[in-house]
Amino acid sequence: MSVLSAGEAAGTQAGRRRGAAVRPSRLSQTKREWVAAYLFLLPDLLGLLLFIGIPMVLSLSLGFFNVSGFGTYTFSGLANYQKMFADPLFLGSLQVTAKYVVVLVPGLYISGLGLALLVKRPVPLLGLFRAMLFLPNVISLVVVALIWKFLLVDRIGVVNVLLSKVGLGGRSWLGDPDLTLWALLAVTIWFLMGFYMLIFLAGLQEIPREYYDAARIDGAGPWRSFRDITLPLLKPTSFFVLLVSLVAAVTGPQGFDLVYVMTSGGPANSTNLTTYYVFDQAFRYSNFGYAAAMASFLVLALLVLTGILFALTRGGRFDFD
Amino acid sequence: MTSTEFRDEPFGMRVAGEGRTGIAGVFFALVAISLLTVFPLVWMVSSAFKTGTDVYSLSIIPETPTLENFRYVFTELPFFRYMFNSFFVSATVTVVALFFHSMAAYALARLRFPGRELIFRLIFSTLLVSLPVILVPLFVLVRAMGMLNSYAGLIIPAIFHAFGIFLLRQFYLGIPDELEEAAILDGAGYWRVYANIILPLSRPILAALAVFFFLANWNSFLWPLTITNDPDLWVVQTGIASFQQQYRSAQNYIMAASTVVAMPTMVLFFIFQRQLVESIKTSGFK
Repeated sequence: MSVLSAGEAAGTQAGRRRGAAVRPSRLSQTKREWVAAYLFLLPDLLGLLLFIGIPMVLSLSLGFFNVSGFGTYTFSGLANYQKMFADPLFLGSLQVTAKYVVVLVPGLYISGLGLALLVKRPVPLLGLFRAMLFLPNVISLVVVALIWKFLLVDRIGVVNVLLSKVGLGGRSWLGDPDLTLWALLAVTIWFLMGFYMLIFLAGLQEIPREYYDAARIDGAGPWRSFRDITLPLLKPTSFFVLLVSLVAAVTGPQGFDLVYVMTSGGPANSTNLTTYYVFDQAFRYSNFGYAAAMASFLVLALLVLTGILFALTRGGRFDFD
Repeated sequence: MTSTEFRDEPFGMRVAGEGRTGIAGVFFALVAISLLTVFPLVWMVSSAFKTGTDVYSLSIIPETPTLENFRYVFTELPFFRYMFNSFFVSATVTVVALFFHSMAAYALARLRFPGRELIFRLIFSTLLVSLPVILVPLFVLVRAMGMLNSYAGLIIPAIFHAFGIFLLRQFYLGIPDELEEAAILDGAGYWRVYANIILPLSRPILAALAVFFFLANWNSFLWPLTITNDPDLWVVQTGIASFQQQYRSAQNYIMAASTVVAMPTMVLFFIFQRQLVESIKTSGFK
């Protein structure tokens, strides 16, 4: 930081004794502010550029290369992209991801908003309830996966034992290709709902109480005030929630972590999320170029989906007239 | 709890005049939902004290409680090593990130310079980039920098994240100008304003973010999994993930290890609940 303090000291004196021969150059107050700002920003900007910006650009170009395990790169043009669209595992992973997104985004919206509405009203022990509902979110995804793997063990796992008492036993939650994605989604919602609850709660607390009073005096029931006051005034929050949950559903690490520990993409590739398949191709089979090509397709898909979200919600304003 | 306190709330199944039953309904719904929500965690802790033969028993209180699982985890596995690695990596990332992010946020919120909006937008847009999509190129890059299997590789790329910058900027935008102006008139440079005025004022938000960063790094799995294969550098998450691959059926050991890994985060959460919740709530606003 010595550069900064030197420049600063020089500038300060220059400001006081106008025209004095202080080094380096006599920077004006404005210029000094510029230099200071860039210096303050420097570490983070460099880091973000190096560890997010450049990888982002690289991921778009790496797909045009064949990368061997020893790090030799051969240009292969569109080969990876052609291979991708002929790879049934990749196409299958897109299908799994699509199902995952279509269930997870509304699932998080509904569970988050529902819980927020429940914990908004003053009831005894409110703080404790909020904390309990948020608690899964502070546990690591690896532990979350291990716990649920244990709970969902066939026949003797506690979930199956309890379900069999109400006549719903005998299901293999992590072994039946028709059920495993649902189990994965349920665990994901259990893990993430508390986070979205808090975001919605903050949005709900911004709505002035007077609106509800006025609506009640006008004879509006709970459903009407929810539809005509809560939902419209929650638009910014809703947009934020939809955007964040969409990014998380398509590319978020929670999908990878849970799949890696709980299912390894199985059974019968039924939970083979694209994020997991990318990792598998890169680090099990050392197909870096191919993995990067698939990842860049995922980025493209996310861009298209967020574009659609912006268009559908009129840039988050939900302004339809 | 007087009836006027909740009469304003239009939610739930209550219609006007049914306040007390409505609130009771919400209360019991919350009891049921919250208990269901924490049940898996309670089950984890309880199973950690069960013997291998009891681990599938249905009682929440272990019939023959034992500490053997914990003894096993700590003596048969390098678990202290994993915990040290996790702690060292998380604490270092937290301290450095708080320092860099508060500097960047100070510039973005309090200083005027060309390109400020553009830079802020660029930083903000990185929030849309999650690790899985840049994992392969990031790995290639970090390997090329010689940081494969090193603390540097675990720590340095984890520092840079826009969330903290964004949150601190929001906070700094709300600080009144007067303090700063007075200091500048007195001839203080920007560094002194930052260090002597802005940093002390941001103690509460820095505390909240510190907890947040620590938890996020303690819990992070994908990056450590990618960048280290040397067991000496494993963090708790990679440690237990590989442990469960070897001991698939020893659920009592796996639950004991899980409890050890999850306990620090749960304790931190209960101590710093309010700060953590505030920082998450603030993030919902732009």
